[in-house]
Amino acid sequence: MATATPSLELRDLSTEFRVGGTWHAAVRGMSLSVARNETLAIVGESGSGKSVTALSILRLMSGSSARHGGGQILLEGEDLTRLSERRMAAVRGNKIAMIFQEPMTSLNPTMVIGDQIAEAIRLHRKLGWREARKIALEVLEEVKIPAAAQRFNDYPHQFSGGMRQRVMIAMALACRPKVLLADEPTTALDVTIQAQILTLLNDLKQAYGMSVVFITHNLGVVAQIADRVAVMYGGEIVELADVDTLFAHPTHPYTEALLRAMPRVDTDTDSLRPIPGSVPAITAMPKGCAFAARCPLRASICEAKHPVLAPLPDGQHQVRCFMRAPQSGEQA
Amino acid sequence: MSPLLQVRNLVKHFERGGGLLGGAKQIVRAVNDVSFDVGRGQSLGLVGESGCGKSTVARTLLRLVEPDEGSILFDGIELRSAKSAQMRKLRQRIQIVFQDPFASLNPKLTVRQTLSEPLRVHKLGASREIDARIGRILDEVGLPLAALDRYPHEFSGGQRQRIGIARALVLDPELIVADEPVSALDVSVQAQILQLLERLKRERNLSFVFVSHDLGVVRHFCDEVCVMYLGRIVERGKTADVLDSPLHPYSKVLRDCSPVPDPAARITLSRITDEIPAPTNLPPGCTYHPRCASAQADCREKVPALDEVFTGRRAACFHPLMKV
Repeated sequence: MATATPSLELRDLSTEFRVGGTWHAAVRGMSLSVARNETLAIVGESGSGKSVTALSILRLMSGSSARHGGGQILLEGEDLTRLSERRMAAVRGNKIAMIFQEPMTSLNPTMVIGDQIAEAIRLHRKLGWREARKIALEVLEEVKIPAAAQRFNDYPHQFSGGMRQRVMIAMALACRPKVLLADEPTTALDVTIQAQILTLLNDLKQAYGMSVVFITHNLGVVAQIADRVAVMYGGEIVELADVDTLFAHPTHPYTEALLRAMPRVDTDTDSLRPIPGSVPAITAMPKGCAFAARCPLRASICEAKHPVLAPLPDGQHQVRCFMRAPQSGEQA
Repeated sequence: MSPLLQVRNLVKHFERGGGLLGGAKQIVRAVNDVSFDVGRGQSLGLVGESGCGKSTVARTLLRLVEPDEGSILFDGIELRSAKSAQMRKLRQRIQIVFQDPFASLNPKLTVRQTLSEPLRVHKLGASREIDARIGRILDEVGLPLAALDRYPHEFSGGQRQRIGIARALVLDPELIVADEPVSALDVSVQAQILQLLERLKRERNLSFVFVSHDLGVVRHFCDEVCVMYLGRIVERGKTADVLDSPLHPYSKVLRDCSPVPDPAARITLSRITDEIPAPTNLPPGCTYHPRCASAQADCREKVPALDEVFTGRRAACFHPLMKV
């Protein structure tokens, strides 16, 4: 599955927020890679840092209250954190594109959709309006908007939610990005439309050999679309595995707990087991394991020391837990 | 014993446009001929996609939306013809919990004020009795007494939903209408709230009308389910039966599109199915026929009734997926 050079690689990436005058890390030492033609799902609850990770990759998280806290973002081997803002602008929407949860707020309501896509193309390619519009129409057809030629001159409000998300995807794909960051792209959609969009994204990934980073809170959606899965908690990855392994052998206590807390449509669950407590605030991140306070396996070491993301003996599966993964040099 | 709630042939139309700038007047047929019963201590789920009318049905049960036709019998009393004094009494017995605990609590009131307001409005007891009662309710929904003098913004989403539930419980209702009560919450918190609702249902013998788009949540919480499509109930039955062996093609599509946490059970779409038509311009005959894989000539001509296909199972379909 994984090829020699991954399209996108994060090495020890941190992003910090300023809260009450001091800097706190919302993403802590994040390392992962996505290969060509691969979908990596990042799953976690609100406040786990999954969206911040995606925004950090595109450097959309800087300003007076957020900063890059260290680490590298490698796009086909090139470190994006070293690029000037001008060169970064040439990457955004071109080599790396992003789609968001709410397409209505991401589209310009005063511009017909065909021209919006053409404008995005012209921003990155030296093309006239006529050629750009031609490409725009092609991508609208690729995302299977019915009667695309007629709808080219419609405004965003004339589209349904599912069709708007298709327009967003068309715009994101217009410049043939290497990497697509999808932040909860189906969360606002009905399940039948969600299924269509997931199928479309999967088809397009294969057609272009793209790398997709798919951010979601829904484990059902993860099982649908992912090749590999990173489970995030408290700003860091707590479990990383391919999708079959993760669902067959969830190993971090948090992943297990999430699966047990989720009601399923296909089987009767006599009792759900909620996870007690809530996610720690970034201003009150514990010294040890971030999940320790809610964990049924908690031991004294979990509160004293911070576990590393360690590989299990079986190879690719990595888990950040003193109880479940042997921590080199600390435990047998 | 007759069921606590009997809804018969409920209809609600909304008008859209027709003003100076609004364009041509259109009629949105939000609810068409909806009937169901809810027994004491039972929970009924209303499921369907956006615009299917499930929330409108929920709101008519409290007359937050006035229905155009049909009848709503609560404990034998017709809600639609109840006078305002009678309605006020009935509202003690029917309460609602909303989806968004951020929007449904008054940010200027403390939890104490929020919870005591309904008791004062209904003149139920002196201050000391009210205090004792809200203390008990707070404990029942799993919040500390220290929460009483705090404001909604000081709580997390899950805690706010507990406050919303406490507000609904404070009048000791018999029926709770819950409109997507866990949709805005994370999975771990969602499970906490579902567990709370289950306990309340059991301990207080509460009845629920539970609106949700999440079939997993409905399967877990609801004894019976009504699947709605474009304002009509297309299938009704025991939740596990409907989800395990759906009779209406739409129920099957809805179930098959609901993702499950198992990579071996990936959804394979046989074709790109269309989207829901606008409720202003309903297709003739069965409103589902343009999207239906098993549609035949009669589906385009007549509207199928929600008939019993076999014991305990009803579907509004001329060609149900299973027959006796």
